[in-house]
Amino acid sequence: MATETTAPATSTRRLGARRTRRLLVHIGLIGFGLIMLYPLLWMLSSSFKPTAEIFRAPGLIPETFTPGNYTEGWTALQFPFHHYLLNSAVVVAGSIIGNLVGCSMAAYAFARLEFRGKRLFFAVMLATIMLPIHVVIVPQYILFAELGWINTFLPLIVPKLLATDGFFIFLMVQFIRGLPKDLDEAARIDGCGHVRIFFQIIMPLSLPALATTAIFTFIWTWNDFFSQLIFLTSPDMYTVPVALRTFVDSSSQTSWGPLFAMSVVALGPVFGFFLAGQRYLVKGIATTGIK
Amino acid sequence: MSALLQRGRAAAQDQAAPASRPRSGKSAAPRAKRENLAAYGFLAPWFIGLVFITAGPLLASLYFSFTDYNLIGDHEWVGAENYERMFTDARLHSALRVTFVYVFVSVPLQLALALALAMVLDRGVRGLPLYRSVYYLPSLLGGSVAIAILWRQVFGAEGLINQVLGFFGIQGEGWVSHPDYALGTLIVLNVWTFGAPMVIFLAGLRQIPAMYYEAASVDGAGPVSRFWNITVPMLTPIIFFNLVLQIINAFQTFTQAFIVSGGTGGPSDSTLFFTLYLYQRGFGAFDMGYASAMAWLLLMIIGGFTAVNFLASKYWVFYGD
Repeated sequence: MATETTAPATSTRRLGARRTRRLLVHIGLIGFGLIMLYPLLWMLSSSFKPTAEIFRAPGLIPETFTPGNYTEGWTALQFPFHHYLLNSAVVVAGSIIGNLVGCSMAAYAFARLEFRGKRLFFAVMLATIMLPIHVVIVPQYILFAELGWINTFLPLIVPKLLATDGFFIFLMVQFIRGLPKDLDEAARIDGCGHVRIFFQIIMPLSLPALATTAIFTFIWTWNDFFSQLIFLTSPDMYTVPVALRTFVDSSSQTSWGPLFAMSVVALGPVFGFFLAGQRYLVKGIATTGIK
Repeated sequence: MSALLQRGRAAAQDQAAPASRPRSGKSAAPRAKRENLAAYGFLAPWFIGLVFITAGPLLASLYFSFTDYNLIGDHEWVGAENYERMFTDARLHSALRVTFVYVFVSVPLQLALALALAMVLDRGVRGLPLYRSVYYLPSLLGGSVAIAILWRQVFGAEGLINQVLGFFGIQGEGWVSHPDYALGTLIVLNVWTFGAPMVIFLAGLRQIPAMYYEAASVDGAGPVSRFWNITVPMLTPIIFFNLVLQIINAFQTFTQAFIVSGGTGGPSDSTLFFTLYLYQRGFGAFDMGYASAMAWLLLMIIGGFTAVNFLASKYWVFYGD
């Protein structure tokens, strides 16, 4: 590229070649993008096809357009689907609040305060980011069973309030470190305590990091299957992923249409948050690097 | 990891700074004490979580791994029995094999694709944000039950893939129900989620100063030479970071295998991922002792690979400073 721009006399032939190449790159990128997205688009279109058509039509336009899959899928399980959507919403809302509160408090301490053991605790916190949940799930289950919390939302929400998602602490520490220190120094000279500095200076300035945290928490919790499968045991407590799983297990070949319809419903909110929060998502993974 | 490491280093420096700063005035000591207290106050939830949710259970699962425990009744100390059992457990061996194949095939493919597309997009392509979003989307959805359901249909006997193949007159297999191909469909699924590492690569490519390329071009270096002598060395910290991260992630894959195989890990244990087998032992058979031992084996494997990665990184990762 550099050589091309330094060439003083740009012949029209070369310009044409460059334009053709650029066009080819775009065609390649669009084609590849379409292949990537094709399964998703096809699932969306298939959710409006009668099941028999799903198994013989790889095309995107339904021959027979019917919303029947949605009405059928909505009531196919023991509870209507909005019951599971509501359960998921409760778990997600609790998790978001938990992460925002717990992680921002810890992050403020790590980013702005000096205390004994800071280095060690920070290292421990980073290590917990890598800790697979599978390694701690058995004792957690035993603990929550002792507390009588199995088949409630508490095992899914309370850990978030206890700042166990180290990733978000790290994300916020990164962000808070980037804020100018003059502001809290000034506030301190004016006699502000740490609690007020936290609430009135750091938190309002950290809104982008809080938004990133909220969006990632939403998507991860909404999609999370493993812990919801383990801690939620009766159908009235099922969240969307667990309900979908029972749907797969119970359905025969004939109900792929409703199954697709409910899968689309399950993916919808994630897609919505993705559209609304792209900026934060891209920045979030670029600075900290986790999907 | 590079970001994490740099942060760690920065934290260490910050830590050293106040100690060397001359303390003036009488208020220094009480202020430091107050700050200590305030810090522990802000960290209180995190400490409780560390004890009860993360580090505590980590140690507890080590203890349980030496016991026989089925949730009902007492746990009984059995020494290393659970670990000895692993040597003769054929299903554990196939779980390890399946997981290793998955990790070491899907992660390199995923990263290669991520890097290739990041490089194409980095050349000032118009509409970059749109392309980036489109390619990134599968990363957000890939781990969900709904996508696993879709995969089950797409790679099923009468699924989308075979419909397309049928169009060309090829009779396809029932990919998810064939022991030789089922794992392959899950590898494809993981490669499909290359968008997250791609975004990280893109951010990394932005950091490489354009003058390096200009200088190399002036010296007559072609695109291939520029790739190997500038892009790759400058990008090694990011490649390393993505590699460590994606390996750790891939070892923990659960949902896709669970849904595609209906929770069995079938056909013929060909999708019996380590975490899936752990789930079956722990929460199907309530063999908590053995499941804990498996959990520690997983931790050792992931920890081991991460450590090897870090050690090996000295020889191939190039840090500019």
